[in-house]
Amino acid sequence: MNAPQLPGSLVDNPRLDRWIHFEPNKTVRVATGKVEIGQGVVTALGQIAADELDVPLGRVTILSGDTVHGPDEMYTTSSLSISMSGGSIRLVCAEVRAKALERAALRLNCSPDDLTVVEGEFHQNGQATGQSYWTVAGEIDFTQAPTGSAKPKAASDYKVVGQSVPRIDLPAKLTGAAFVNDVIPKGTLHARMLRQPSRGATLTSLDEAAIKRAAKGELQIVREANWVAFVSPVESVAQAAAAAAPQHAKWSNVQRITPPQQEAQWLEGQPSEDRTIGAPAPATPSRDVVTITVSRPYVAHASMAPSCALAEYRDGHLTVQSHGQGMHPLRKNLAIVLGIPVEQITAKHLHGAGCYGHNGADDAALDAALVAMRLPGKTIRLQWRREEEFGFEPVGPAMLVTLRVALDGKGRPADWTTEIWSPTHVQRPGMGAGYLLASEALSNPPPEVKPTDPPEARGGGGTRNAVPLYDVPAHRILHHLVQRAPVRTSALRGLGALPNVYAIEMLMDELAARAGEDPVAYRLSIMSDKRARKLIELIADRSNWKARGSLGNGKGLGMAFARYKNTAAYCAVAAQVSVSETVTVEKVWCVADCGLVVNPDGCRNQLEGGVVQALSWTLKEQVTFDEQGISSIDWERYPILRFSEVPEIHAEIVDGAGNPSLGMGECSVGPTAAAVGNTVAQALGVRIQDMPLTRERIMAALLKT
Amino acid sequence: MAIAVTVNGQARSIDAPETATLLDALRNHLGLMGTRYGCGLEQCGCCMVLVDGQPVYSCTRELGTVAKRSVTTVEGLGTAAKPHPIQQAFIDEQAGQCGYCLSGIVVSTKALLDRTPNPSRADIVAALDKHLCRCGTHTRILKAVERAAKEMRK
Repeated sequence: MNAPQLPGSLVDNPRLDRWIHFEPNKTVRVATGKVEIGQGVVTALGQIAADELDVPLGRVTILSGDTVHGPDEMYTTSSLSISMSGGSIRLVCAEVRAKALERAALRLNCSPDDLTVVEGEFHQNGQATGQSYWTVAGEIDFTQAPTGSAKPKAASDYKVVGQSVPRIDLPAKLTGAAFVNDVIPKGTLHARMLRQPSRGATLTSLDEAAIKRAAKGELQIVREANWVAFVSPVESVAQAAAAAAPQHAKWSNVQRITPPQQEAQWLEGQPSEDRTIGAPAPATPSRDVVTITVSRPYVAHASMAPSCALAEYRDGHLTVQSHGQGMHPLRKNLAIVLGIPVEQITAKHLHGAGCYGHNGADDAALDAALVAMRLPGKTIRLQWRREEEFGFEPVGPAMLVTLRVALDGKGRPADWTTEIWSPTHVQRPGMGAGYLLASEALSNPPPEVKPTDPPEARGGGGTRNAVPLYDVPAHRILHHLVQRAPVRTSALRGLGALPNVYAIEMLMDELAARAGEDPVAYRLSIMSDKRARKLIELIADRSNWKARGSLGNGKGLGMAFARYKNTAAYCAVAAQVSVSETVTVEKVWCVADCGLVVNPDGCRNQLEGGVVQALSWTLKEQVTFDEQGISSIDWERYPILRFSEVPEIHAEIVDGAGNPSLGMGECSVGPTAAAVGNTVAQALGVRIQDMPLTRERIMAALLKT
Repeated sequence: MAIAVTVNGQARSIDAPETATLLDALRNHLGLMGTRYGCGLEQCGCCMVLVDGQPVYSCTRELGTVAKRSVTTVEGLGTAAKPHPIQQAFIDEQAGQCGYCLSGIVVSTKALLDRTPNPSRADIVAALDKHLCRCGTHTRILKAVERAAKEMRK
């Protein structure tokens, strides 16, 4: 008999007690390796467990991101939490439910099929039996590996999954302490950093006396090689020391970067690792080739809070509390840098401000741990400064995307080449591609590593969504993975999807125009995927596409579609804008097909959030450089979309139609960017191919027409 | 040096320098964590509190300047168990994703509704435009304020 194919998380965590534990007070603790980053996943996973166990949601506690008791599910990334962790939790709960009913049936001398579960209690013939999960839990061997052999409930039996259950963490966030930044036990020492300006820079002198004078209080300076931290029982003293320190520090061997390097165009021709994926080049190159090049600059995560972590080294054990996206990887990475066995480290997740990818969170955890190891028995709270978060977090990489598409006799794509220049999209430590930042400043910095991008099987990095979902007979990607970027780059929501979808969807409009056809009709003519077709038709309906021509001067209505990673959620977006010197987005419609939806309102919240973020990236955002490094180090130099600029947004999720859950947290970003690009093109009469669509670019485009 | 301030209706004596920031005093001396540090530069609004009913950036405001005055933070409006109508409206609209920007926005909303109990959409946008929200929850936040205004007029 073939064993059912288990989700990777169950294979990696082959003990039931890593996933579930019945507590004495008639509650159940269900654990996940995924963490809450503002996307509502902890609430949603609770819903899955509540349904599968038939325990009220209020009695399900989710333990998230805990290396002591919880499973290792790597990072919370790539829109996989519901399918991977949710899928695992569903199977574990179904299996435990079956085992519990078996045990109860033995006690009751009946068949397990005679029993139903009502709020965790086992009923027979509509009557409570006195048996429950809690009476029989002691008889179940939770050290066993999950087998996935118990059938989970049918979707038609769900009572909690599919409901818009309110976020369990929201009330605390509206009324008081709720974040990693808010945990300050008595006796906590506050710490701040002096950052090594670039890899390899050497601290040649540090005027500690001057820094202490500027700090105006009790201050301890801890150092090793090029790593310096300021520690004080008074937070403002540590903050003052860190603010003053750069002018009292001299560095040699600082890497200089230049402003031209901040543009995506700089990437072309840089040393790169090249590969070609896909169909071989055509034997006879066509002459009817349409070419389009789009670009996206470096973009910041720009979290509302600077990264923060707590660390304590006591009795030979290091405990770190962090808002990073993966506690088990963090624990392993800390062990490597600190040179201590992983068993001596505990990492626990606390909520942070939204990170939208790999920001400074893990680095702050190392910073805090390094201080803690040097001050045993003390609780260390380390927080980055605002300038540090902007200046030293990894940023979303710039991308240059060129499409060369040969057309057939009907003006449809026959042969399609996508050429991408981009640095790596993932430099998460422990995956062979990057390091925790402070490790480079210590005495034995790790060797420089060759950057890698996630493989295509995991959705790719720079190549994410480069393969169009449209019916294209032959497609290939020329991927130039730029080996050295001027700044550290890593995962930002969507990875390469936004620039790739921008390019594909701008091309679709261009090809439609050349064929003299409506952009929606053109897309439908080359899209076989039924779920995609449905959304494209729906977005046209919702945005009143047929009235598009009569919007008036300077106004436009454009649309775009993509299926995230070509395997996750489908999403179509339409945007109505007016353009004078700047772009004003008036309305955005967003429709998505996410398969089975656990929490509809939570999903809509993510769609809306992705829309706003993508509008902000597309219209406003660019990381800027000066000789010292990143120069866009505060909100004035790195403006994001404001209340006065956010349009009316209508987000809608279509019925899942029995399809499995599809990861949707990132699905709206690519189509939103592209819809704006296409809309602006309709309004202006000329395409702007380089993001962000700033006033300067619009003026230049207007002058051309 | 002890500085007398009324915080959330309670007379408090804060043993911190006059030049300490109000944010530092609230969090590190009074343990009131609802007011948050975002930038320290008056650029994001996360640190907003009310001083004598007016919105103030606590990240830069010196403690000495609020001596003998009345400060209100989110804790003074309501708790998770007993939320203020504004906080309840945000819960009802699920107006939050990471939630970090919300306490500052709730405080500014209180000031707005005290002044303008029936604000237009434009009034709300003008009052909140100094606040940044990176998650993109703006549309829900605006709806929450409208909902709170309606509830509070009852």
